[in-house]
Formats: sequence, structure tokens, C-alpha cells
Amino acid sequence: MITQALLRALDKKAIWLVAILLALAVAVPAANLLIPAGQPGHVPTYIVTLFGKYLTYAMLALALDLVWGYCGILSLGHGAFFALGGYAMGMYLMRQIGTRGVYAHPTLPDFMVFLNWRELPWYWQGFDQFWFACLMIVLVPGLLAFVFGFFAFRSRVTGVYLSIITQAMTFALLLAFFRNDMGFGGNNGLTDFKDILGQPVQAATTRGALFAASAIALALSVLVCSMIVNSKLGKVMVAVRDAESRTRFLGYRVEYVKLFAFTVSAIMAGIAGALYVPQVGIINPGEFEPANSIEVVIWTAVGGRGTIVGPIIGAVLVNMGKSYFTGALPELWLFALGALFIFVTLFLPKGIVGLLGQWRDMTARREQAPAAPPPPAQAAVAAERGEDPATLGDVQPKPAE
Amino acid sequence: MRPTRSLRLIFACLGLALALLAGPARAQDIPGLIQSMGEASLRELGGIVEELAATGDSAVAPALEALAEGDLYVNEADGRVVIVTRNRMYDPVTQEEIGPAADADLSRIRINNSLRRDVAAAIGGLTLMSDNPSVRLSAARSMRANPSEENLALLDEALAAETDATVRGAMETAHAVTVLSLADTSIEDKRAAVPVVAQNAGREAITILNSALGSAPDALAADIRSAIAGLEQERAIWAALQNVWFGVSLGSVLLLAAIGLAITFGVMGVINMAHGEMVMLGAYTTFVVQDVIRRNAPELFDYSLAIALPLAFLITALIGIAIERGVIRWLYGRALETLLATWGLSLILQQTVRSIFGPTNRQVGNPSWMSGSFEFYGLAITWNRFWIVIFAIAVFAALLVVLNRTSLGLQMRAVTQNRRMASAMGIRTPFVDAMTFGLGSGIAGLAGVALSQIDNVSPNLGQGYIIDSFMVVVFGGVGNLWGTLVGALTLGVANKFLEPYAGAVLGKILILVLIILFIQRRPRGLFALKGRAVES
Amino acid sequence: MNMKFALGAALAGTLALSMTPAYAQDEPIKVGILHSLSGTMAISETTLKDTMLFLIEQQNAKGGLLGRQLEPVVVDIASDWPLAAEKARELLTVNEVDAVFGCWTSVCRKSVLPVFEELNGLLFYPVQYEGEESQRNVFYTGASPNQQAIPAVDYLRDEEGVERWVLAGTDYVYPQTTNKILEQYLLDAGVAPEDIMINYTPFGHSDWQTIVSEIKAFGSEGKKTAVVSTINGDANVPFYRELANQGIAAEDIPVVAFSVGEEELSGFDTTPLVGHLAAWNYFMSVETPENEEFITAWHEFIGSEDRVTNDPMEAHYIGFNLWVKAVEAAGSTDPDAVIDSIVGLETPNLTGGIATMLPNHHVTKPVLIGEIQDDGQFFVVWETEDLVPGDAWSDFLPESAMLEADWTAPINCGNYNTQTQTCGGSEVASAN
Repeated sequence: MITQALLRALDKKAIWLVAILLALAVAVPAANLLIPAGQPGHVPTYIVTLFGKYLTYAMLALALDLVWGYCGILSLGHGAFFALGGYAMGMYLMRQIGTRGVYAHPTLPDFMVFLNWRELPWYWQGFDQFWFACLMIVLVPGLLAFVFGFFAFRSRVTGVYLSIITQAMTFALLLAFFRNDMGFGGNNGLTDFKDILGQPVQAATTRGALFAASAIALALSVLVCSMIVNSKLGKVMVAVRDAESRTRFLGYRVEYVKLFAFTVSAIMAGIAGALYVPQVGIINPGEFEPANSIEVVIWTAVGGRGTIVGPIIGAVLVNMGKSYFTGALPELWLFALGALFIFVTLFLPKGIVGLLGQWRDMTARREQAPAAPPPPAQAAVAAERGEDPATLGDVQPKPAE
Repeated sequence: MRPTRSLRLIFACLGLALALLAGPARAQDIPGLIQSMGEASLRELGGIVEELAATGDSAVAPALEALAEGDLYVNEADGRVVIVTRNRMYDPVTQEEIGPAADADLSRIRINNSLRRDVAAAIGGLTLMSDNPSVRLSAARSMRANPSEENLALLDEALAAETDATVRGAMETAHAVTVLSLADTSIEDKRAAVPVVAQNAGREAITILNSALGSAPDALAADIRSAIAGLEQERAIWAALQNVWFGVSLGSVLLLAAIGLAITFGVMGVINMAHGEMVMLGAYTTFVVQDVIRRNAPELFDYSLAIALPLAFLITALIGIAIERGVIRWLYGRALETLLATWGLSLILQQTVRSIFGPTNRQVGNPSWMSGSFEFYGLAITWNRFWIVIFAIAVFAALLVVLNRTSLGLQMRAVTQNRRMASAMGIRTPFVDAMTFGLGSGIAGLAGVALSQIDNVSPNLGQGYIIDSFMVVVFGGVGNLWGTLVGALTLGVANKFLEPYAGAVLGKILILVLIILFIQRRPRGLFALKGRAVES
Repeated sequence: MNMKFALGAALAGTLALSMTPAYAQDEPIKVGILHSLSGTMAISETTLKDTMLFLIEQQNAKGGLLGRQLEPVVVDIASDWPLAAEKARELLTVNEVDAVFGCWTSVCRKSVLPVFEELNGLLFYPVQYEGEESQRNVFYTGASPNQQAIPAVDYLRDEEGVERWVLAGTDYVYPQTTNKILEQYLLDAGVAPEDIMINYTPFGHSDWQTIVSEIKAFGSEGKKTAVVSTINGDANVPFYRELANQGIAAEDIPVVAFSVGEEELSGFDTTPLVGHLAAWNYFMSVETPENEEFITAWHEFIGSEDRVTNDPMEAHYIGFNLWVKAVEAAGSTDPDAVIDSIVGLETPNLTGGIATMLPNHHVTKPVLIGEIQDDGQFFVVWETEDLVPGDAWSDFLPESAMLEADWTAPINCGNYNTQTQTCGGSEVASAN
């Protein structure tokens, strides 16, 4: 059963993607560690860390795409799940500091020492164990998404309302984590990490390993997403996206389908956050910022929602743009980002992947090969894309919702 | 009649001062003393003010007033101390005009807080006998704030001569406060003073009584305690009402910020993330208007908001129409995608403003009629909040009229309910779309003018309100203006009632959680639209 | 396939970007400027970026440094703290800058700190902060709590006779720590716990009605009351407006602020606020030849007579001049050489004193208390007689009272425990 699903998931596109990611997972750290600096082919550590970060962003975008692109739930709070996963990892890393904190307190992190905390709060217990932290990375975002989704989907909160309350959720968490009394380091968050699994976080080998872990995690996410969307459940998800009421009338329990997608997506986001934190070296409440979650939506839209490749391309490209502009043309960065949003929504409703598909359709038509059946890859794209009815047809104003 | 009496009073007062201070007052030294302020350090200034006050001569009052107001200068050319008002220099003692201040090299004589308090006390003593009732009133008030033994005699003297009821009341209160706060007045006097203070000292009564309690003997203490208990009960009720007012005021700000969104989002279904930037542009319009006025016609400053309002409306409405024509109209029916495009717009608008006006706060002033506060029974109401509440109500009412009583409003409602049919009836739907979006944006601009009076005018202004605005609209029910009104006021009042118990941060978190829970109960808000239009 | 192409191109592009030409002696010395030019902190930090450009231009006009020109490298951290760490890494590895001037918030500093430590860079941090830190690669040119908060409280108590205290702040680490220190300091000085009220608000708090009326009520119980405000940036304008409108005059309840300077006051009409206080190490109104020269040159550079100067700008001025002197003394821009040579160097500050770099990487500063004037400037009503050395570890927190920082031999430690005579046990410190 699972092997079958796996086989179905491994269509040509997904295989390629997984293969590339796995190749990167090996090649990039190798090029960083084995080829000495200065020689051709050497990848500087800076690039390894930077692209490791992009990969975790790509995973977050993919997670959002699963609920938005395939299930029609526009979550404006996915950054919250990402941040929660990040905090769980951050708490583990803080506990690993041990007596190397500036006050040399064996258990309490520095920020608790100078705010006169006497003992570790209960919710910090257990985070010195890696397995426990891993469990929490999955459990905390998953549970929050499950509970939040259970109530929201059961009461049939849909569309804009759902988007706004997910935004309210991340905003509430932002304010909560800002509070120093919460015991998560307030605005400064968690930082100054030393070790992960006994290895120094700043060592080049650790960075390479983290990059590889991110690439593998992303490859696994691609597999999982591909499995889900190619299964029968995936078809129902698309049905829910395109005509929720109709699907319900056909006898499907729409709320459970949505809940499943939402929870899986939140867990993916949480894992992405956990991989992100050791690579950037800090987690602070800024990650809960509603603007961050909106940015994730943009990455997905730019790459092409409703596809597996799209969000990955979008996340990496937009973030490369951000890295470039904030260094080279700092004043223009917001103009460029803003213009990109408008351009993509107006002219590329299906994102870059859609544009490539369109371009291929056009060349195919020009070649005039009516007898030849469409190549399987393209058919997969069309099926996968599932054609959002809202984006079909003319662009004349339609009745507002 | 009057001059002679006041002259007599001045002499009496002078005599009294002389008797009290055993002669250090040397009237002929006044010009010299005032002149010595020019070179004095802060500490020396304190001594000089004390000496000037000790002269008891009302001729020193103008110089002291000028010192408190920061109008006392040293002319660097000849070292002479002068008063400068309206760009002319005057002699600090004789009040004779010396010349224009514009081309003199003047440096201000600066004072600090404790000196300012001393000066206010000194002026109180010197102006208690003034001819002008309002001067006497403020003198009585400043005496109330600075009780001292000398004041008691002055107040007794002044009370005997006072005819104006208001001033008399103030003097009696000042007298009672002074009696209570001095150590060596008799217990009988103090007991008599307690009810006067409790009745007349307003919001400060408890303070005054509390400080008297510390040194009071038992008999007096009982009196004071019962007076305080009575006052506190009264105050608790007023505190609750005050909280309601704070809530209404916060609600009116939320209403202003959200009401434009209720149109673009609620009526048109466009998730306008650039709404906050429209508010910001309205605030910047106010800044530009005030800046022009400050440079060219400072006397018009009190009218700056009246000028800014129509301008802000026009500018933001035009920008709104341009956005609708350029971007939004391609996205109708794709509500969630309008979110992305308008978010992009908001980034561009923010950065544009940042490049034009700079990233720092710009100065927007309160006109005089929006500064300060007034007391309404036990409530302290600040003028700017008061006018913003009135303004929010006016905007809301005007919007209702536009939507329900004008043909444009009719067309707007027709188009949003059934576009095709409206179009078939001959309504130019694209025009109506543009007008509706323009209206929503214009109202955001109006909100910006109001918000510029209480908040920073910086490129980030809009960001602070956008999430709250969405909460209000969603909570109230999309597509229903009354829902927005009720939603805004409910959230405002709830927030203000939670704040004292939970603190500002936790209060806000609780409100957000409550909204999330509320949406589970009523997925379409407080006032949900019913009928087929709902299912989309 | 598209995927492969895209990723490949991306990787190649960034690789090309990161390939910098080899180091040459005649090349300019690069100075990194790491401030937020967009986002919430742009309001404060953009001016500091301009200040650095201004200082570098001035230095270049004087003939540069070691015979080489200085070249600024500006990056935008967009008020995004993980991005700050990324940009710091970019400055140090890709642009190969020799020193970085930047950050405003504590979280920015905390975020980039491990990067400077790992890559052995130099960071000059120009803003007053909560203390409790001393790092080998960081120079703290702003005030520590003993150079700002404690003198201000002393002034209020001694000169204004304040007996009741409201400690109001934004809920983040600087106000929390400062208030912890002040609370302990006041309790030690015999203030009763019920005479201290502590209040925290979120960032950008704009509705101050309730809190101001609470302050008013707290202040009307018979004892002279003052507010010690650590309210941050954006929230100050609505706070002061509400104070003014509710009629809280400086003579009744003075407010002394640690985060409100000329720049913040340029956002509103200060007439109703005359007499409220701020404690800083620099005010634009201080009349010294150095300051007048600085202001004139700054106005000329920025092209506007309306722009004000403030304390963090002076901190950058001090930090930059100390770095220049250290590089000249060491004859090289090598971080280790600069770290060794900078301690003990002196440079005049703008208020007529001398800023000395101390072994704990903080500087000596005068403490000035100013009253707000109606033109948005401050009038200095009090100042310390001597320069106050910055203390990295507060003496008023039990955990840090025994800690000292000293980055000179033989101690060479940021958290030296004076009781056990050992370096706090930090691996990093002993490795250095």
C-alpha cells in the first residue's frame, strides 16, 4: 500500500527534484569541505549557510503550498508554526550551552539569570534531550494546527475569515513571545548557541551537515507532498479547493480533509523552522510577525502555487533577490519586492512554473505535432496544477464575494 | 473706587511682607536683582527668585512670569536683561519698549523644574491682588499647589476683599489646603478645612487629604479618613465610567481606521492591505499642510486640520482610484490575490514616503482647540480624544448617508449585490467600482488626519493599524457598516477593561484569542449577512 | 529539469558574487555599515548610516587612513534580525570589511555577536544598552546603565526630591534589565516597595490613556512622584502627547527618559513638555567648539539645517575616531592588532570631555541631564563632575556583581569572576 503510494508519488518530476536535492545534500558540503578555498569549485561556508537557510524557507513555502495551492486554505499564519518549531530547537540549543553561559549557570539560560529567575520553568524541562526536542518540534506546531484547525474547520470558517484569524493567531503569539515573563527570552529571543548533538554549531562540518539535513528534509517533504497530492485524498483536497460545498454534498467530510492537510503542513513548517534556527543562529519573536507569513505566501505565489516545484523555486529566488538587494541596493529592496508582488499577481497568476508551462505549450503548438500525445510530464503538470477555476477565463471584473 | 482699593491692598500686602520678613525687601534693588539674573547660575537664580518674591512688590511679577514662560532674555550686546514678547524687547521692570528683538543677539535665561515651581509660587503670592479676576484665579490655584505659611496671611487678606464667586471658591480651597498642609495650624481649623477640601479640590482631594493624614492627631484623622472613604467610593464609580470613556475613545480610533476597510473589504470584497498606507498618506497630508502653514501663515494654524481634511480625502481617494484602475480591477473575484497585490503596493507606498519625507517622525501639532483636557463631572476628557470621537461619529453618519441616500450609494450597493444585473440596468460598473474604492481610500485618508493627532507620523504609521482594522471588520461582520461600529466599540471597551487587570500586552493577546474563539461561534462575524450572496 | 537549471544558475550566480578580487595594499579600507534602512527601526537607524557616511567622508578628506582611502559598504538589515546575522557574515566574508559600525537594538547585537566572534570581526555598537555583556570583538560606545539610568535617578531624588517612582518601559530586554537594576538600587536606598510601580507595554503602543491616568493616580498620593521611562522609539510620541493632554506638567510629575533624544522630539511640538527630562551622554545643545564644528559639518553634509544630532551619533563619532586611532597605532587594520591597541586610547568627545576605551570595551562618558525645551532641544540642568567609566556588569544585580570584564592580558576575559579569580567558564573566552 505504502510502496504503491510511494511509486505513484515518484512521477518523473518528483524523482528529478528528489534526486537533485539529494545530490545537493552531498555535493555542496563536499565542495565546501574537500576543495580548499581559492580553488575552482570551492563553495564558501557563507554560501553553504545561506543556501541552507533558503532550503528551509523552501520547505516552509512547500508546506504552505500544500494547504493553499492544493486545499484552498490561505493561511496567513504559517510563520507561527515555523517559529514554534524554531523555538523548540532553540530551547534544545540553549540547554546545550550548559555552564558556558556568561554567568556559568549550569541549567538556566543567561536571560533567565539576569531577570532573577530561580529555576527552570516546567515547559523548559526535557529540552536538554535531543529526542525530546525533536518530538516537540513535531508535536507543538502539529498540535496547535490540529486544535486550531479542528475548531475553525468544524465551524466552517472559510476564505478570508480563516486567513484573518490565522493572522490573528500569529499576531497573538508574536505579542506573547515578546513578553519577557513568558520565559522565551522576550524580544532578544534565543541566541548564542554553542553545540548541536555535541558538535560546535559554528564549525564548517556542522554547517555542511545542517545543509545536508535541510536538503534531505526538503527532499522528504517533496516526497510526502507528492504522495499526498497524487493519492485519492489529494484529489479530494483539490475538490475541496475548487468547490467546497459540492464536495461536502458528495459525502466527503471536508473538515477532516482540511484538518489533515493543515496539520501535516504545520508539522512540515515546524521541522523547517527547527532546521533554520541552528543555521541563522537566532530565533526571536520577529519570526511570528504577520508580515513574514505574508512573505511566505508571496514566495509560493511567485514560484507557482498548486505545484510541487513552484514554491521551492519561488522561495529560493525571492530570497536570493532579498540577499542581493539588501546588500547592493538597500534603498530599492522594498520597491523591487512590492513590484514583484504586483507583477506576479497581475501577470503570472500561476507563477514562474506556470509561465514555463505556458511557454512550453506555445513552442509545442508552434512545432505542430498534432498526432503526438502530450509528454507525460506535461500531463502531470496539468493534472497537478488542477486549474483553479477562479484564475480561468476572462479578467473582467466579476461579482465580488 | 477700585484702583484705590487695590492700591490700599498692595500697601497692606507690602507692609505685611515687610513685617513678616523683617526688612530684607529693598524695593530699590528690584532692577538690580532682575539684572543680576543675567549672569546667574541655576543655583544662584533660585536665590534671586527668593529675594524677588520676598520684596512682595507686584512690579517683579512680569519679570518672574517671563522667566517661567521662557521669555526673559539677556541681550548679549549690552548684557541687559529684557523681556521679549511678539518680537519686541521690553524692560523687565518698567515694561517700556526697548526695540525690536529681531536683530539683537539674545540668549534665553533658562530654568529647571524646581525653579519653575518656586517661580509659580512666588507669582501666586504677588498676583493675588491683581485687578484681573482670571489672574487672581490662577494665583489662587498656584497657591493651592504651593502651600506655605506666608500664603495663609495673604489669602486671608485677599478673601476679605474678594467679590468674584469663582475666585472666592478657589481662594477658599487654597486656604483650606494650606491649613491642612501646615503643621502649626489649630486642629479646629484643620477639621473645618477637611470638608472644604473634600468638596472643592476635585481629583486632587484624596491626595491632599492623604498627605495631611500622616501627621494628623486622632480626632482629625478620623475626619480625614471618613472624607477619604466617601471620596474613594465616588471615585470608583467615576473610574469605571472613565474606563468606558477610554474604551469609547480607543473604539473610535479603531472605527476610523477600519471604516474605510469596511467599504473596500466589506462591500467590495477586496482585501486591501494598502489600507494602512492610505491612513499614513492622510497623516502626511496633514503634515504638509501644517508645514506650509507654519512657513507662510502661522496664524492659520488652528485651521490646519480643516484644510487638511478635504485635501487628505481628495489625495487618498485619487490614489485609491488609480490603484483600482491600475491593479485591483484585474483581480475581482480573486479576493485572496488582491491581498498579495495590495501588500506589494503597501511596501512601495511605504518606501516612497520614506524616500520623500525621510524615515523619521514628522512633526504634526495639535491645534489649540485639540490640546489639553477638560473635566466633565468626575471624568477627565482630553480634547483631542473628544474631537476624534465626534469626528468618527460624523464620518460614520456621513458614510451611511452616502450609501443609503445618494444615487452613487444605490449604485454601489447594486453593483456589489449583483454586478451583471446592475450592468444590465445601465449602471457603469467600472465607474462605480472605482468610486467605491476611492471612497474607501478617501475615508482612510480622513482617518489619517485624525490619527496624526495622537500617533507618530512616520512611514510605519499604517502598519500599526492594519491588523486591528481587519479584526474589527471581521468581528463586526463583513459587509455591514453597523457591524463595524459595534465591533470597534466592543473591542475598544473590552480592551480598556482588560488592560488594568491583565496589562497592555496580555490584554491585547486576550482580545485576539477572544476574536478567534468568537469567529468559531459565528463564522461570519457579529452581524452576518444572510441570503445567497453569502455563499461564494 | 527547470528546477535543476534554476538552482544551478542560482548557485553559480551567488558564487560569482562571492568571488572577490585578491587583497591588495593600495585598495581602500572597507568599513561596513550595518543598520536597518527599512522596517520599524529605519526611523532611528537611517540617521546613523548617514552619520557613518559623513564620518568616512571627513576622514577621506583628511587623507584617509594609513594612506589608504576608506570605502563604506552599506547593507540594509531591514529590521529583520536573522537577516542581520546573514548580512554581518556577508560583510565579513564577501566584502571583507575591516570594521563594522552598526546595530541599534539589543536583539540585533545578540544576533550578529556569534558571527563576529566566529569570523573575528570588529563591531562598534553605538546605542545605550542594558549591559551584562562584554565581548572581545564588540566595542560598546553607547552608555551602560551606570552611565545613564543611575545618575538620572540620583538627580531626581536629590534635586527634585522624588520619593515615588514609576518605572515605565517597553517590554523588551533593555527596559527589563534597566528597571531590575533601578528597582534594586532604589530598594537599597530605602524606598518602600509600594512606592515603586513597574509597567510594561508592547512595542509601538499607541493608546496611553489608561496608563497615563494610572500614573496620574499613582502620583497623586501625597509623595513627590517621577516617571523613569524606558519606553522605546515609536511609542514615545503618543505617550508624551497623552501626558501633555492629560495635563501632567513637569513640575508635578517629571518624566525622565532614556530613549528620547532630539531625533524623537523632532516628531512633535514640545511646548507642553517643557521641563520633562532625559538623561544622555550628549545633547545637541551643548556648547563646545567640537560640537559646533560637528553640527555645522553635519548640516553641510546632509544638506539641511533642520536635521538634529543625537547621542548615538556622538557614539559613532567616538567609536569611529577610536578605531581610526587604533588602526594608526597598530599600523594595520588586522582585528587582533586593533583589539590590542585600542584599549586605553583617548579621543575627545563632543561635550568637552575625553572618551577613553576601557579594558572592558566600554568608554568613559559624562552623564548629562537635560530638560526638554520648547524648540525640541534639551537644556542641561545637571552633569556629572567626572567622566563615568562604563560598567559592563551591573553591581546591583546579584548574579553580575562579582563579574568584571577585562580584555587585556593577563585576564583577557569578558566575564571574569573576581571571587573565584577565574574566567566565567566560557570556552570561547579561554580559547582566545
